[in-house]
Amino acid sequence: MEDLRLAWRNVWRHPRRTLLTILAISFAALLLVFMLSLQLGSYREMIDAAVRLGTGHLQVQAPGFFAEPEMRLTVDRPDAVVILLRATPGVTGVSCRSQSFALAASAHRTRGILVEGVDPAHEPEISAVDRQIRAGRYLEPDDRQRAVIGGLLADRLRVAPGDELTLLGQGRDGSVAAGVVEIVGIFRSGVDDYDRAALHMPLVTFDEVFAMGGRVHRVVAAVDRLGAVAELKAALAAGDTLAGLAVRDWTELLPGVKQSIQLDLVSGFITYGVLLVVVAFSILNTFLMAIFERTREFGVLMAIGTPTRRLVRLVLLESAFMSWLGVIAGTAAGAALTVYFSHAGIGMGGAADLLRQYGMEGRIYPWLNGISLTVGPVLVLFITVVTALVPAWRVTRLRPVDALRAH
Amino acid sequence: MYFRFAWRNLWRNPRRTGVILTAIFVGVASMIFLGAVSRGSMTGMVDNAIGDLTGHLQVRHPEYRGDPALDHRIDDPLPVLELLAEILPSTARIAPRLRVDAVVSTARKTAGVVLVGIDPGAERGSSFIAAAPLEGEYLRGDDNNGILVGSALMGTLGIRRGSKVVLMSQGADGELASMAFRIRGVYHADLAATEKRCVFVPLAAARRLLGVERAVTEVAVTLPGTTFESDLPARLARQLNGSLVDVGLTAAPWRELLPAMSAYLGMFDFFLLIWYLVVFVAMGFGIANTVLMAVFERMREFGLLRALGMRPRRIFFMVLGETLLLLVLGLAAGNLAGGAGVVLLNRTGLDLSAFARGAEMWGMTRIVWPRIALSDLLLANGTVLVLGVLTGVYPALKAAQFTPVETMRRT
Repeated sequence: MEDLRLAWRNVWRHPRRTLLTILAISFAALLLVFMLSLQLGSYREMIDAAVRLGTGHLQVQAPGFFAEPEMRLTVDRPDAVVILLRATPGVTGVSCRSQSFALAASAHRTRGILVEGVDPAHEPEISAVDRQIRAGRYLEPDDRQRAVIGGLLADRLRVAPGDELTLLGQGRDGSVAAGVVEIVGIFRSGVDDYDRAALHMPLVTFDEVFAMGGRVHRVVAAVDRLGAVAELKAALAAGDTLAGLAVRDWTELLPGVKQSIQLDLVSGFITYGVLLVVVAFSILNTFLMAIFERTREFGVLMAIGTPTRRLVRLVLLESAFMSWLGVIAGTAAGAALTVYFSHAGIGMGGAADLLRQYGMEGRIYPWLNGISLTVGPVLVLFITVVTALVPAWRVTRLRPVDALRAH
Repeated sequence: MYFRFAWRNLWRNPRRTGVILTAIFVGVASMIFLGAVSRGSMTGMVDNAIGDLTGHLQVRHPEYRGDPALDHRIDDPLPVLELLAEILPSTARIAPRLRVDAVVSTARKTAGVVLVGIDPGAERGSSFIAAAPLEGEYLRGDDNNGILVGSALMGTLGIRRGSKVVLMSQGADGELASMAFRIRGVYHADLAATEKRCVFVPLAAARRLLGVERAVTEVAVTLPGTTFESDLPARLARQLNGSLVDVGLTAAPWRELLPAMSAYLGMFDFFLLIWYLVVFVAMGFGIANTVLMAVFERMREFGLLRALGMRPRRIFFMVLGETLLLLVLGLAAGNLAGGAGVVLLNRTGLDLSAFARGAEMWGMTRIVWPRIALSDLLLANGTVLVLGVLTGVYPALKAAQFTPVETMRRT
């Protein structure tokens, strides 16, 4: 207790120097809290955006479908799968989807397109297409022979809501699949590749045109918490209902998203590492000076019988005061800054156009959570403790006689 | 004189000077090195995009951009080619292409693709395709029915080299045209998306399929050795547009062809500056503290100098000189180490294969070659020098303000 008081007083013997040191430490903590929150926020947005395009967090498919999406690889009794998924805690939405390639001909143009059969009643639970309608409306549950298409595709086919489109493809059984649909709406997901190719039609119509016989290609589920996906997947795969089917989560379905997050995390931590080293050297001088200018003082203390152990503790306590003050202040400021921006968002200016190609919004919202709040400060604390060991080690090497002679 | 004073003062406490020099050194080295890595990765990203059938600039029908259909073609590219030959530097590569959406089908499967009719010789040095790793043979101009297919698409279609595929597209007359092709080669591209999307046939075969005579949809120009910072493409495009107006065509530089990427590049320098500022702040606290300590230790000395008649101005510049010297030393060492790191890394390149799918998602190359741009060097050094000197102003002012009496009183 006495040592605590002593250390506290020693810390404030040079208020200006102490303050600058604390500022350096809190700057590092603030920056790390904010940057990590920013990274996590952008990952969340990136995953959400990719998942919103209809991938979902989890999918049940026929085993070979993921490697080679063939018409004949189907989930044969989708209703049972849907019931199981709906009964699983944590699942917030379930919808079935089928897909095929087809030639689409309008009055003016012919193009190859991606036809997706969706369940209009449940599709909004797993994707955002119904909220991205730019003209007309989205599909409704009793729609038949109707479709919505991507904005760029509509431009290429030169069609508008009300126009008809003739589809020509191959059915599940290899037969010729042909149908006519009326376009009721046009969507813009922002992802050009998707908007240039995709058409949504009711699953019922898809079933008829492509002779699916009640089968679907994918049962897509959305969950309430990203962290729960792996657990859910394991639980589902272990059950009997899905025997003979494959359960895939978003990390498998969207390997690019997962790996680009990893890449960004790795490069982020390299940057933080460098920054921490710079900060460590920045504050090392303060910690060291606290020893050198007090060599005589330590000599006296030793000469009157203070054990080295106690001096080491004193020195460590002093640097610990500065570290903790800095980390606490920095973390608090970082959290405040993050909370502010997590409401206001950060405009990405010119980068917004690029982000939109991945379905992301033009603004990024930092995400303050347990991880982003603690990882940075812990790293800063760690590096300051390591730095503080240098002067502490020097104290152990002091000899009273030499120390008394110093000035 | 200032310099000798500053130099000697700096080394009165070698340990302290060494510690703060290390902070500056690590900071500056990382600015240079990480800056070069990110500029290198941007360069790879842009080169990728330009090699992916974009080119540094393109001549097209003005409507083609909004509606890339055969309707908006260049019926006779000859005048364009002559104009380009006249205006462009002799090293420029000129590639005429006929690009339309098409459907490729085999007995079992069908996929939507982009059909690119190319002059096989002209693509050399132009787009990625001539240099892409290839199983089988590259196209020959006189080949009637040869086609190059991406390796990822082969998987989707479930076929082998040598198989036949049928290409279908809307011809110039508006009717659906189709023709059989034989797979001569399977190419590998940096991005799987490209492999899935593009198939290549000789220009003449594409013209025959679509029922046009000499038409192309674009003439792409590649300017070897042009980095993404250069405004040469934009200048040439402006120059070309003056003459192209007469034939009803337009030239666009890649920055217009790839607006999202070029907007992102516009922010790159800004991101870099933020990174420089952050590193500087981290070392700035240390610099301020160290110089302040040095000043307060020598209070009596400054008092003595004042008592001997030295002007405050000179004391101010003497102390500022010490900071400046500290910065210059740290910068020199940091630049050297950062540069050395870049040279070393450039032997092998930075291999991102472990994150290949992630890198691909953003159009980055699997191997990043760090690149130091002069502007980055100037920006990094300028930031540290200017802000560093500003940081040194406060301690220098303090030193200049000590009065002899005040300093004598304190020990």
